[in-house]
Amino acid sequence: MANELLVVDDLTKHFPVTRGIVFQKQVASVRAVDGISFTVNEGETLGVVGESGCGKSTMARCIMRLLDPTGGKIVFDGRDITRLSRAEMRPIRREMMMIFQDPYASLNPRKRVGFIVAEALEVHKMGTDVEIKKRVQELLEVVGLNPEHYNRFPHEFSGGQRQRIGVARALAVNPKLIVCDEPVSALDVSVQAQILNLLKDLQKEFGLTYVFIAHDLNVVRHISDRVLVMYLGKAAEIADRNQLYNEPKHPYTGALLSAVPIPNPELGRTRQAIVLEGDVPSPINPPSACRFHPRCPRFHEGHCDVEEPQLYAFGANHVAACHYPLERWPMTADEMRRGADRPAVEAEV
Amino acid sequence: MALLEVKDLRTSFRTDDGVVTAVDGVSFSLEKGETLGIVGESGCGKSVTCLTIMGLNSKRNATSTGEALWKGEDLLTMKPGRLRDIRGNEIAMVFQDPMTSLNPVHSIGKQLIEAVMLHRDVSKKQARLRALELLKAVGIPRAERRIDDYPHQFSGGMRQRVMIAMSLINEPDLLIADEPTTALDVTTQAQILNLMNKLQEEFHTAIIIITHDLGVVAETADDVVVMYAAKVVEHGPVDSIFAVPRHPYTWGLLGSLPRLDADVERLVQIPGQPPSLLNPPRGCRFHPRCPYVMEACKSKEPPLDAIPSDPTHLQACLLDEDVKQREAQKLLSGTMVVS
Amino acid sequence: MWRYLIRRLLWALVLFFAVTVVTYVIFFIIPANPAALVAGKSATQEDIQRAEKWLGLDQPVYVQYAKFVHRLLPVTVADNKPAFKTPSLGTSFATRQNVNTVVMRAAPVTASLVFGGAVLWMLVALPIGILSALRPRSLLDRAGMVFVLVGISAHPVWIGLILAYVVGYKLGLAPISGYCDLINPSTSCGGPIDWAWHMMLPWMTFAFLFSAQYVRMIRAQVMETLSEDYVRTARAKGAPESRVLFSHVLRNALLIVVTMLGMDIGLALGGAIFTETVYGLPGLGKVALESIYAFDLPIVQGIVVFGTLAIITFNLFVDLFYAMIDPRIRLN
Repeated sequence: MANELLVVDDLTKHFPVTRGIVFQKQVASVRAVDGISFTVNEGETLGVVGESGCGKSTMARCIMRLLDPTGGKIVFDGRDITRLSRAEMRPIRREMMMIFQDPYASLNPRKRVGFIVAEALEVHKMGTDVEIKKRVQELLEVVGLNPEHYNRFPHEFSGGQRQRIGVARALAVNPKLIVCDEPVSALDVSVQAQILNLLKDLQKEFGLTYVFIAHDLNVVRHISDRVLVMYLGKAAEIADRNQLYNEPKHPYTGALLSAVPIPNPELGRTRQAIVLEGDVPSPINPPSACRFHPRCPRFHEGHCDVEEPQLYAFGANHVAACHYPLERWPMTADEMRRGADRPAVEAEV
Repeated sequence: MALLEVKDLRTSFRTDDGVVTAVDGVSFSLEKGETLGIVGESGCGKSVTCLTIMGLNSKRNATSTGEALWKGEDLLTMKPGRLRDIRGNEIAMVFQDPMTSLNPVHSIGKQLIEAVMLHRDVSKKQARLRALELLKAVGIPRAERRIDDYPHQFSGGMRQRVMIAMSLINEPDLLIADEPTTALDVTTQAQILNLMNKLQEEFHTAIIIITHDLGVVAETADDVVVMYAAKVVEHGPVDSIFAVPRHPYTWGLLGSLPRLDADVERLVQIPGQPPSLLNPPRGCRFHPRCPYVMEACKSKEPPLDAIPSDPTHLQACLLDEDVKQREAQKLLSGTMVVS
Repeated sequence: MWRYLIRRLLWALVLFFAVTVVTYVIFFIIPANPAALVAGKSATQEDIQRAEKWLGLDQPVYVQYAKFVHRLLPVTVADNKPAFKTPSLGTSFATRQNVNTVVMRAAPVTASLVFGGAVLWMLVALPIGILSALRPRSLLDRAGMVFVLVGISAHPVWIGLILAYVVGYKLGLAPISGYCDLINPSTSCGGPIDWAWHMMLPWMTFAFLFSAQYVRMIRAQVMETLSEDYVRTARAKGAPESRVLFSHVLRNALLIVVTMLGMDIGLALGGAIFTETVYGLPGLGKVALESIYAFDLPIVQGIVVFGTLAIITFNLFVDLFYAMIDPRIRLN
């Protein structure tokens, strides 16, 4: 039985929308994360995939307690960290680190690289100055940078190199969990490959656990063991990687998979993409019941817009929140619509 | 006569640090109704190539040589008035970031109408009708009401549709799309690419699509130009390029992609980073990063030659043909050696 | 947008009273005795006390402030019913004049200076700023930058004196002091021509500093806007440069300039002290200065009130105007 490093239970994060002349009154909220539950086992990589507005970045920040959750529970390494104070969180922050998306914005341009990587070590008082410096140089080497560049500034490095600095910074304190928030989205393809390879190597070497957030399904497939698909603040599907990509159950997952361009002209031409209509709705006023129902090719009036689907189970380690899941994959859009005549899934209690 | 024929295009910029040659000898041609994909990473010159064709570089510090023949006329030496007649009319361009490409203080209707009235002798009312027509064609819901809305009232995907509407409103013969979907979500990207394909079928527009995404190229282009450090390294029909690519950089690009349809343990890594264009490497520009580098590569710039079996597939690499075929096989079967 | 407007109005009110409180407090902290000044040089202690009582200075500070506020409000309670009254700024300690009259006499002078100066500085700054942005590093641009440097560094008094000496005294091209009423000719000069004639040098002095600041700002804004993506889109549509410039570039670049203009005018209406002093213009600035020397609180207070009102009103107009011309604010 794998050790559950992170357990998220019905996590909610709402941002208030206020109106008012003198006294601001809350009239609505942006339901960025609206009740999501999943676990991450030690040593594995959970890929989190979803489009803009689905709440994945907000969720990442809640897990890291950079934001305070509105509701739900976060259990890290057996300890409930949902409502801990700043002081109580301080020692726990050593165990969970984050790598950010924008390599140009996430490094303080006025600080030298050595300082940037060493900062966490100094905050947590993990060694003397000499020891820390040695460790930083080790880390720079581990991520493929020249340890002599200890005293350089971020602007002297390329985007890919800056991202490596970000990785070194995250590794410095030997965390158990690293949350990667779109770490390769802003990089060129060849540099992306370098960083992905690096992350995989480091995971093997140091036994790290990753929560890897991305919008690129190809990237997520390459690096993840399990995948969570998010839509409008909720989980649409959670499955082992191969299961998700070979036998997706949720129509949204199907649409995502079919929308990803494949670098293979023949396959690309014969493939029939499922093109969704319209835009992602606003998280201030999400659709009733199943969030996906206005755009879903398998929509059943009277059911999908009335009763919110649970995360139904489909075999071991595979759940999807859909009353009328896909029967097989690949399916064309027509097949999806026609197949919708099948009866709904019964909730497994 | 080809619709667009670009011959030995070179564009240099005067900067504070020296002269940067962003496009260094690019040639290709395009027929009516075809789609050309220009692919490469940031800084390779793909955008500048098209900005040069359109004459949109800053005149103060950019100089261009070579030819860009549009239906026989050279766009680079054309009178500014004639070029303005062509821009937005016969050749249209769509840019990457829909958030910033529309003027925030004018309604989209006003901007669409402007596009029409710059090139057509019609009344404002007629132009407005035409704008509505295009808005409906690109799938903007409730177009009659939304035509007077402002850009900030639209989502990213909708804004890009408005840009496409604006570019196609005068039924151009060529649409240049510079990373049109890079800033969009993957499902929105699918919608936009779908839309572009549909409109191309309807209006028989030729398309040049600039992108770093090889998947997008595979699905939309007929011909592909691969650029690296301001030069063309490979150029050919899309099937040929993806089936048997013949340049180490193309192998690197393809190999570094994580795939949906294959399981690769380690991605192909191209070591180092692209060179500075202030002082590009001698000989083959890719040689400092090339795992197959030979002595000759460091001094001799490889010519862009056709492969033996197909005169339309060009590549600029000194390796032997059989070596190339063997390595391409390794790449496609996932057994290519990783750096 | 109405919510926004109402909120701004309420804040303006709060700000207004805060400013008056601060002025009162400052006045009472400084060690001076206006009663003594009023009573005269050879006054006895008894005389001074009588003067204090007469001026109302023997009351505690907050009582005096309350009286001041009551005078200021346009409503009052008469016969147990609310009634309207003219807001009054009090009476001068030194001259026993009605402060309203004093302010109303000085305000048009300052207004002439400020508005005329604003027109002048915009007429200078706009072309130079725009052309400099369109042709960076050209001769015009560099000359413009020199102008900016001088304008920002030079003190208005220095400029005023130089102009007055060279143009006014030595060359005799324009008068160097005095103000002529535009509409009500009094004393020796009056009417539009005399008015403009006398304002010539003051306008030039006043506008110098502002035009330098605005050249710099306009140049920066235009340059920034020129590099925006939507300008590139307009060119890609085949628009001629003139259209790109007016319809796209300036329309956006000048948004900020317009708001700054409103704020600066509002500020200057409170009293362009330096220019008024050099040229002897009896505007709010000069009167305020004289009143400060004389510790004449009501007049100082009156001018502060007027100035604050002007600033607040102008800022409000600016906010409104900006909301009107920028659809991103209007439609949110």
